[in-house]
Amino acid sequence: MINVQVRFFAGHRDIVGRSALLVELEPGTSLGVLWRMLSEQYPRLAAYTGRILFARNQEFADPATLLVDGDEVSFIPPVSGGAR
Amino acid sequence: MSELQPFVITAAPLDPVPLVQFVLTPSDGAVVTFAGVARDNFGGRPTAFLSYEAYAEMAIGVLEQLADEARTRWPIGRVAVHHRVGRLEIGETAVLVVVAAPHRQAAFAAAEYIMDRIKEVAPIWKQEHWADGAVEWRE
Repeated sequence: MINVQVRFFAGHRDIVGRSALLVELEPGTSLGVLWRMLSEQYPRLAAYTGRILFARNQEFADPATLLVDGDEVSFIPPVSGGAR
Repeated sequence: MSELQPFVITAAPLDPVPLVQFVLTPSDGAVVTFAGVARDNFGGRPTAFLSYEAYAEMAIGVLEQLADEARTRWPIGRVAVHHRVGRLEIGETAVLVVVAAPHRQAAFAAAEYIMDRIKEVAPIWKQEHWADGAVEWRE
């Protein structure tokens, strides 16, 4: 198993109720699969599916990225904070 | 005294003067300073104050990337971007984008581009605290 730290911000932190979570995953779990697992655990997160950006180790990443032990991941809620 | 950093996420009030000094070199003929300021309404609905939150460790790298993107599009010099987090009262500066360039067109275009991209991808979130007491992430 691998351990991954998930960091939550803004609306996601409000939903999950904490700013970080340590999760234990099967090796070979992708960012996208982890998001699906979290949105099942926290159903209000599911409303964000399709509107988030994926980040691994503080850089944008593709949802197909496979996670490794010690990764820090985040699912970036929409950041369009206002009109142009 | 610590040297000024070009890309910063901070809870401290923002001051454009040191950023302008930082970006300007003798070959620059223009410097554009954009300030995004906390406004007292959104679409006519009154706002009491704002708060900003950032994934700071990541946001700094993203701001650097956005400056590099601008640099591939326009002949510009140094860039500095400082963004506030925490509670901001109406009229306080939330973000400064400062761009120096040999000529003004590039400085204007790059500053607007960087600000637009910040609103698209920088992991920084704005929370509206409405005058009626409601609280809402702008997303």
